[in-house]
This record gives sequence, C-alpha cells and structure tokens, in this order.
Amino acid sequence: MGLLDKRFESENIVITTVEDVLNWARLSSLWMMQFGLACCAIEMMAASASHFDIMRFGVIPRSTPRQADLMIVAGTVTLKMASRVKRLYEQMAEPKYVISMGSCANCGGPYWEHGYHVLKGVDRVIPVDVYVPGCPPRPEALLEGIIKLREKIRRESLVKKKLPPVYVEEK
Amino acid sequence: MQASEIYERIKSKFEDAIVEFKADAIVEPYLEVKPDKVKDICEFLRDEPDLAFDYLMCLSGVDYGDGTLGVVYHIYSMKHGHRFVLKVKVSVNDPVVQSVESVWKSADWHEREAYDMFGIIFEGHPDLRRILMPYDWPEGSYPLRKDFQVPEFYNGMKVPY
Repeated sequence: MGLLDKRFESENIVITTVEDVLNWARLSSLWMMQFGLACCAIEMMAASASHFDIMRFGVIPRSTPRQADLMIVAGTVTLKMASRVKRLYEQMAEPKYVISMGSCANCGGPYWEHGYHVLKGVDRVIPVDVYVPGCPPRPEALLEGIIKLREKIRRESLVKKKLPPVYVEEK
Repeated sequence: MQASEIYERIKSKFEDAIVEFKADAIVEPYLEVKPDKVKDICEFLRDEPDLAFDYLMCLSGVDYGDGTLGVVYHIYSMKHGHRFVLKVKVSVNDPVVQSVESVWKSADWHEREAYDMFGIIFEGHPDLRRILMPYDWPEGSYPLRKDFQVPEFYNGMKVPY
C-alpha cells in the first residue's frame, strides 16, 4: 500500500489511500444477486457449493437486489425476462457490477438466429463488466470471471470513468 | 386394439367426419378428421369402454407451409395400453378447431400453446390466451408459423442479432 505503511512504531496504524481501502472492501465482499435463468445456473450453483466454494472470494448469494453488489446473469435472457432483469439491476444499490455468464447472456448463444424470444446479449439492457464465455461455462470459468472482476475493481478510481468490460479468455 | 380396429369403430359412428385414414403412414397410422367434429370423436374415444382413451399424451400444432395449419392428438389408453393418432387440418385464413379441453383437462395448456405459437383458435376453450409469449406480444404474430418475421424491436429492445 502506501509509502508510509509500517513506518510507525505502533502496530495500530496502517496508512493507505481512500481509493485503495474502498476498492479493497468492495472487491472482498461481492454479494451477488442470486437468480438463475437456464442451465448456466446449474454451473453457478456448482460454483457456490463446497467443491468450488465461491464464498472464498466473498461472494455471498443474496435474495434481494437491495443487498447485492453483483448480478450474475446466468443463462438465456428471454425478451419477457429482459425487462425484469433491467428492473432488478436498477433496484441494486451503487456500486454495482454485472457478470454475463455463458454464450446466451453474452450474445444470444444458440438462439442468435432463430430465437424470436431471446435477447441477443444482456448488454442490450444493462451494462456488463465481465463476460464469461462457454455453453455453459464450467465453475472454474465463473471463478475466473470473479477474479477478473476483482482485478477490475482493484484498478477503479473515484474520479475517473468506469473501466471498459473485460473478457474471460476461452481455453 | 390395433389402429385399424379403432378406425373401424370410429367409422361406424362418424362416417361423415372422416377425411382420411393412413394405415401405412411413417412411424404410426393416423386418422384425419374434420375440425368441427373432433370433440365428439374424442368424447366417443374416451367414453367407450373397449376404447377408453383416458390420456391425451400430446397435442401439437403444425404449420404445413402450404396455407394449412394442423393439430395432432396423440392419445393413449392406460386401461388397455393402446394408442392412436388423430389429426385435423384447417386453412390458415380460418384456423378454427373444436377444443377438447372438456374431454381431457390436459388439453388446456396444450391448446393455449398451439394458439400462442400458430394462432389456431380453439372453439369452446375457456381461457384462450397466450401462454409462453408475453401478453403484449403483437396481435396476430405467431412465432412458429412458416411466414413469421422477427419484429425489429420489442419494448424498445432490438430483437434481431
């Protein structure tokens, strides 16, 4: 952290910047809005379970948007659901982040051409911070998405503009 | 009971309602009947003790692409273990079929789905509204019709890729 850190005799003083503390707090407790839309939700549930243990990143599922910092859009966003997703996003308190999980939420996935009922990418209604590709992505991919989001929040600034979206690379 | 025997039973009572019986159809034989007689035939099939079709396995809508829409009924008898396929065809300009909701309750949502996707009107259905598409989906727009075009926008959201 700062240059003066650990330069004082007392153990009770740590010196840093407001930005760093805020970012550290935000990235360490990314409470997520828990809702699943399709098969990606199964992988999200697997990521929340003991084997992958998403809680070690401070991601706790919350049942209300008022308590959530992070929305994981896990699955196919239908046109019918899109307005609900938008409303839930609007009900979340700032600062709020969105992970688009899976090909459907990224760009429409297998429904891109003949999906009369599918929104071709959730970024048409809400701003997305991290895109996780896969159909569905494995829990590891979602975890990497969380890590990417944490890195992004770590680089955030109080005064500068919001950072552009990042992508988890397909392997 | 074999399909041909079931057909003979229907024929003996509803001679004038039959359009075509295809015994050598691919997969399984079917009987095409007139759309304004289908409810009576279904009631007959359900209530006769030796037929006893007590289970509507599936009710599907079809667009044949040549200006005709169809409804296909796959029915089964739990009691006797036999099955049968009924079909009706209607013009796309006047797609009215009798509802069989009063015969088998499971037809309720199936008919709503066929209405939602193909615009087939089921006469006598107690609650014929869209079931899958949003209620504010454009009137007269049925997604599984062959001539369906995806709308450019829905509630301000761009729909095509």
